[in-house]
Amino acid sequence: MAATDTAVLVPEITAHSVEPEPRGWVSWVTTTDHKRIGILYLVTTFVFFIMGGVEALLMRVQLGAPDNTFLTPSTYNALFTLHGTTMIFLFVVPIMAGFGNYFLPLMIGARDMAFPKLNALSYWLLLAGGIVFYFSLFFHPPEAGWTSYAPLSNASFSETSGIDAWIFLIHLTGISSLLGAINFYATIANMRAPGMGWGRLPLFVWSLLVYAVLLILALPVIAGAVTLLLTDRHFGTGFFDQSQGGDPLLWQHLFWFFGHPEVYIMILPGFGMISEILPVFARKPIFGYKAIAAATVVIAFLALLVWAHHMFATPSATVVLVFFMISSFLIAIPTGVKIFNWVATLWRGTVEFKTPLIFAVGFISVFLIGGITGVFLAVFPVDWQLTDTYYVVAHLHYVLVGGSVFAIFAGIYYWFPKMTGRMLSEGLGKWSFAFMYVGFNVTFLIQHSIGLDGMPRRVYEYPDVGHLALYNLISTVGSFILAAGIGLTVVNVVRSLKHGVKAGPDPWKANTLEWFTPSPPPVNNFDVVPRVRSVEPMKDIRRQVARQSEAPVEVGAESRH
Amino acid sequence: MPAALAADRIRHSRRAFALTLAAGIVGLLALAAGASADPLTPESGGSPNADSIDTLYKVVLAVAVVVFFGVEGVLLYSLVKFRARKNAVPAQIRGNTRLEVGWTLGASVILVVLAVVTFVMLADIRNPPNSDAAGFPSDRVENVQDASAYQPRTPNGRALNIKVNGQRYIWRYTYPDKDTNALNNAFSYEELVVPTKTTVTLDIQAQDVAHSWWIPQLGGKFDAIPGHTNFTWFKIPEPGVFRGQCAELCGRNHADMVATVRAVEPAQFKSWLARKRREVDTADKLAQTRRKELQAEQAQGAEAP
Repeated sequence: MAATDTAVLVPEITAHSVEPEPRGWVSWVTTTDHKRIGILYLVTTFVFFIMGGVEALLMRVQLGAPDNTFLTPSTYNALFTLHGTTMIFLFVVPIMAGFGNYFLPLMIGARDMAFPKLNALSYWLLLAGGIVFYFSLFFHPPEAGWTSYAPLSNASFSETSGIDAWIFLIHLTGISSLLGAINFYATIANMRAPGMGWGRLPLFVWSLLVYAVLLILALPVIAGAVTLLLTDRHFGTGFFDQSQGGDPLLWQHLFWFFGHPEVYIMILPGFGMISEILPVFARKPIFGYKAIAAATVVIAFLALLVWAHHMFATPSATVVLVFFMISSFLIAIPTGVKIFNWVATLWRGTVEFKTPLIFAVGFISVFLIGGITGVFLAVFPVDWQLTDTYYVVAHLHYVLVGGSVFAIFAGIYYWFPKMTGRMLSEGLGKWSFAFMYVGFNVTFLIQHSIGLDGMPRRVYEYPDVGHLALYNLISTVGSFILAAGIGLTVVNVVRSLKHGVKAGPDPWKANTLEWFTPSPPPVNNFDVVPRVRSVEPMKDIRRQVARQSEAPVEVGAESRH
Repeated sequence: MPAALAADRIRHSRRAFALTLAAGIVGLLALAAGASADPLTPESGGSPNADSIDTLYKVVLAVAVVVFFGVEGVLLYSLVKFRARKNAVPAQIRGNTRLEVGWTLGASVILVVLAVVTFVMLADIRNPPNSDAAGFPSDRVENVQDASAYQPRTPNGRALNIKVNGQRYIWRYTYPDKDTNALNNAFSYEELVVPTKTTVTLDIQAQDVAHSWWIPQLGGKFDAIPGHTNFTWFKIPEPGVFRGQCAELCGRNHADMVATVRAVEPAQFKSWLARKRREVDTADKLAQTRRKELQAEQAQGAEAP
């Protein structure tokens, strides 16, 4: 099927590779090319995504019926620890780095990242972190949740090495992300195409810039916290032990000082992708470029001031509760501004329902729910009822699956042609979306009610009271529909690698510079870096070409081989 | 554009739209399926603070529903109305400062309203009322040492104070009395028996890992953190049984760490408490007797060989 029915032939400046593209697995292991590292990131993190997904399905099977005995309590606790940690540290955060690696240099007209070798190191540290963590499966996997609250994670209550594996994962992926963040920052600050001022930076790049800054600010805190935990566990330091002058609440403060910015680290690049995709398929410039960029910065700033809203149920002075309620309210404003601007971007456009657009719109419609339930949770007396229940599970999945994952899938469908030179199947893509959208909502919408009915999170079983059995069964059925939808995209990707329609350099008639290169781009990206005159340099180039050739040459789909 | 291709495009967008619509309807149905037996609001009905939280939740819900349908409505409308059609020309608009300022202010106003409502209702949720005249006669609660944290006080300072201690995987309740040695106080495990019409304040502690005290119908969660004391209260008007469970991951049997609050008439509570105290006294006397017996045995053993 044709990706676009018409395309203006762009006599793009074809880059001539200076040397032949290296081949074989050794070339992948030794590569410092940002595009190959990007692919490594994307493939690795997607594998972890599948693993985390299987863990989720196992949990949903256990919860499909009350008083189920499919899993033991310790297996169940290990599964939610693995699931949460995997999805956050090995999937969402690094896959954003994967997209960033591949597209950041292309979008700003650079030939590579600022520090290519550091970039390769980032990837290999990530993989090392994943391996250290998953090898705990053969010994004792951690069971203290992705938050690893002290004292539960102290040596007295978690004797086995699982927590240590978790700590090393945090350290390794943390260093990986820090190096990556420094690299992103340096690249954006120094390597933009001529003419690309801050006001012409693509919004995805804006989001990566803020993602990088947030990582640099938040990661050292968690690195310090897990180091203290490590010395508590093995050298008797007692930082989190009240009987030795420490405090379990210190862990919670340090963890969430990192943990909440982490939420925005996971969602901001997704916001960036949405801001790139909507204008392309609405055939209309992004509405409120400055407002969206500014909102990104404001969100990042406020993200550093809301951590204790995760701790409303701890012994807290009223002034603390009030401060963190207000700061959490404030962060809803720039988030709302983004949503309004996205809807306004579609308004009076000509919306083309290609798969990336559908995922992007799906993102807006469900992320909105996650945003709204976030306001409920910010009202601290209400939070006292909702925290640590399935309501929070529903909320965070609306943000991270409805938000991040849908954005990631929009990104996959949008950029796959650039990365591989072939289109993904539109039909399969739409089916994948339909299954994911329905499955996601069936799984998680009902979990709000499960939480309101009094079921805490992280319980391996529940009694057959009220509607809990029915609600949980609905949720379990939904999780398999969601999994089927994800599976369809996996099939789509594998099939299209070989059999997809050839994409050409600019199948979507997009706005940013990555579409100026052939698909896939050559090693050096650009022979000549074009001068940037607006936020939509590719649109300018297409116009210029059309002017130069007087009458734009229209070709039908049959010209695509 | 060739007509066949245009038709193809229209068919395409129609199918996509139908898809989105179907998904939306299924989502709504899922919501409707759940719309029985109070699935949209928190549990309440056992204590005034839980009821106030429920009311506050409903206020937020009302605002949320308006925002939700407003935004989703405009989104859906623009997708239908502005889908790509033949000869449609997208408007090249880049923004509108008035609109930006407008929706920023609009969002702020909504949040200010929610904050004000929260502050107005906060007193009812945090501050316990006096016990009823018919309630269990209780003493003044002395301030515990952890003065930095908030401790609820009734206006007349009188309430039935109970210490709640979280331990893996059971809750222990101590009923303080004039005997300052807590080990001589009446106590119970798992089931907390309280009098009706009486304000009960809880001092919540943990002795091993963090736990969280939660009886949904009696109010929110309060974490039990080792080294800290947390506080909450409830006042149950009518006799009844209220169930809850630990809400903070505390280990493998976290799911089994349940709690029950049984509210009984004050007179009944009085006799229950007296019985509990007698049990403690009896156990003390038994221990004394046993010690004497052991001493006697040891003395015999020393003489014998």
